[in-house]
Amino acid sequence: MTIHPMISALRRHKAGVVLIALQIALTLAIVCNAVFIIGQRIQRVNRPTGLDEQNLFLVSQQWVGAPAGDDPASIQKLDALLREDLAALRAMPDVASVTPTNSLPLLNSSWNGSVSLHADANLIGGNARTTYYFGDENFVRTLGLHLVAGRDFNAGDVTNKGFRDPSEPTVVIVTKALADKLFPKGDAVGKVVYLDGSGTPSTIIGVVERLQVPATGSWVSDFAWNATIAPVRLNANFARYAVRTKPGRLQAAMKAVTSTLYKVDPLRVLDDDSVKSFADIRTQAYRADVGMAALMGVICLILLGVTAAGIVGLTSFWVGQRHRQIGVRRALGARKADILQYFQMENLLIAGLGAAVGIALAVGLNLLLMKYYEMDRMPVLYVLAGVVLVLALGQGAVFAPARRASNVPPVVATRAA
Amino acid sequence: MFGYYLDLAVRSFRRNRVLTALMVLALALGIGATITTLTILRLLSGDPLPQKSAQLFYPQLDPSPMDGYVAGQTKPPAIMTWPDAMNLLRAHRARYQAAMAPLQARIVPQRANQPPYFADGVMTTADFFPMFDVPFQYGGGWTAGDDDSHAAVAVISGALNQRLFGGENSVGKTLRIEDHDFRIIGVLKPWSPQPMFYSVAQSGRNYGDGTSIFLPLQTARANLMSPSGDIECYAAITDIQHLETAPCEWLAVWVQLDTPAAVADYKRFLDGYVHQQIALGRLKRPDNSLLSLMGVLREQQVVPDDVRLQVYLAFGFLLICVVNTVGLLLAKCLRRSGEIGVRRALGATRRAVFAQFMVEAGIVGMAGGVLGLVFAELGLWAIRHQPAQYASLAHLDIGMFAFTFVVALTASLIAGLLPAWRACLLAPAPQLKAS
Repeated sequence: MTIHPMISALRRHKAGVVLIALQIALTLAIVCNAVFIIGQRIQRVNRPTGLDEQNLFLVSQQWVGAPAGDDPASIQKLDALLREDLAALRAMPDVASVTPTNSLPLLNSSWNGSVSLHADANLIGGNARTTYYFGDENFVRTLGLHLVAGRDFNAGDVTNKGFRDPSEPTVVIVTKALADKLFPKGDAVGKVVYLDGSGTPSTIIGVVERLQVPATGSWVSDFAWNATIAPVRLNANFARYAVRTKPGRLQAAMKAVTSTLYKVDPLRVLDDDSVKSFADIRTQAYRADVGMAALMGVICLILLGVTAAGIVGLTSFWVGQRHRQIGVRRALGARKADILQYFQMENLLIAGLGAAVGIALAVGLNLLLMKYYEMDRMPVLYVLAGVVLVLALGQGAVFAPARRASNVPPVVATRAA
Repeated sequence: MFGYYLDLAVRSFRRNRVLTALMVLALALGIGATITTLTILRLLSGDPLPQKSAQLFYPQLDPSPMDGYVAGQTKPPAIMTWPDAMNLLRAHRARYQAAMAPLQARIVPQRANQPPYFADGVMTTADFFPMFDVPFQYGGGWTAGDDDSHAAVAVISGALNQRLFGGENSVGKTLRIEDHDFRIIGVLKPWSPQPMFYSVAQSGRNYGDGTSIFLPLQTARANLMSPSGDIECYAAITDIQHLETAPCEWLAVWVQLDTPAAVADYKRFLDGYVHQQIALGRLKRPDNSLLSLMGVLREQQVVPDDVRLQVYLAFGFLLICVVNTVGLLLAKCLRRSGEIGVRRALGATRRAVFAQFMVEAGIVGMAGGVLGLVFAELGLWAIRHQPAQYASLAHLDIGMFAFTFVVALTASLIAGLLPAWRACLLAPAPQLKAS
């Protein structure tokens, strides 16, 4: 098939050709970027926290009328309340393991600071930023973290302190990301670090593979995997407990936990929001991302539908207009397949033109978004996949009108126009 | 003539039902998406206090040490230390000035069987109420004297009054907050500026039901209530409990300045204050700023990037729908070349043919607008069922309702231009001959 007659035929329909090509170009540009954004969001939502997330839930509660925790005596009173709760939770039949904690990954409530290799460093000028988790000897086990070097905390490591006490722990476990940042040779275990510009050393006794920080905002992106775990029960008039249940007993344990804690001490704030499975925490943290991805997905689908409908509409019109010419070609010996092929080729030509413009638009839009928003460079693969998609869309859309054209009988040529 | 064009348009739609439905549907989807996203953008970027926002200003200064300082490139932090806030308040250089910090107040109901719960609160100073035009149902705010004497008084919202006292006048009654008794001296009428600008720099909660409890700052602090918002420290801390002396920022200060001259005066005063404090050795960095209310909202980026992206996406979508409509209208109108030829031969002018096709495009636009409104309502309904803070506020107002039709009509008339132009240029003779 020669392209030349096709091009001269299209010259007579400049407006229609330009409109279809423009629509394909715009669709390509928007769909490529939207799919890229969807991909990024899905990647973000699916990154593992480092936790074994199944069978895990969190209780946040507050005592009413508890001491303020300003003097040693009242801190010990608060610690007694905390240990009573822990004992009651551990005694529950469905519970496998419990740790007090200040937060969990994705909870968006965090205690952040910096780690330095030298004593008395400037607070802002530490060697690495980190988030802090405070738990007891069950922390690593309850959260299901993987210890890759050194040892876990034992009961002898665990101390307790008031919420506002600035003293630092003597031993800590850090994540591999933080350990590698501080000690690139991979020999972090046994080394000494200084937390938050403090003058007292803390020794790294273990390294866990992965543990995400509680915050999910973009402001933590440069230290999202830097966590330091301190073997400390924090004492305040509120407390959080992470609870790992026996397999399959999550719902039962979550249901029973409120009455168990009320039995220990009825004077506490423990409402609907207080008991949350980790699955719920994850859903809540990423709700906006999932919503954005879903919206983008729906709009992409509708866009493709609208563009396909536009191609069907315009091509149908062309087929109607060229009814007689098609008859003449058929009468002169063109097979049905030739007519079908003609319209398919014609659409490929127009869609190709649109796709060429669309590639430039897609890359331009990506650059624009990179300039004003937090966006990465779009890999070429997305654009290429987009080109294939719009070309296939064009071929699919043109098929029905082209079939109708190929069914025009040769006898049409003999009838008066 | 218009009636005749309408009639012709309806006939033409009847002839090409699928094509017409397709055009209207595409346009409606584009308009629905645009109006939904624009409503949200407008909601989020709205002015929380339209009658007052031009007179409200937000001083900022920087107490950090010199390390890491780059002249002209380091912005002062969004919040302030206690000494700076108190110095600005006591200087009385503005018509009104107040310092404030958000608070999670644990309320213990007096009635039996009601468990204690948390209410969103603000600890602030006396000028808060007159400065922000806060409307009272019963009673009123406290005085500067109450601030200084650490009076145990509280102002509560109408909603909290409803919940605790069944809506009756509760002025004079006692409220137990965080294990301390407070005497209620004022109950507000419904008041919840969106976004909650007065604590926007300290807490992530910018939209929602509003604050339900207001306590005098110094009384709350004397009872050791901690702010629930950000606390930023610029040096190692030994005692976070006594925030008044800690090297930490945690207060927002707002001032009311009525005239441009007053604003300029206050900026000079702020410069002078910072230089005086540098001379005293308390402050190190000279940077300070005095932003307007809307300026603060921009600086704090209360409108999430995602919302803007969605608006752009919707407009891109609408653009494609318009291009699509141009194509389909063009196909439709060229198919009617014969009819146009007859009309022209019978004496219709080019202008008349042009007008006829524009009317047809306009009708497609109006139909698209009506259907688009349905889609927009659907979209907003979906957003109201999202857990976003602003979800319950997502409603179509009269302005957006009218704007929908402006968008629909503009889009369709732009889409109609090319086909109508092509139609009116057709020469009548060849068309008549061909058919």
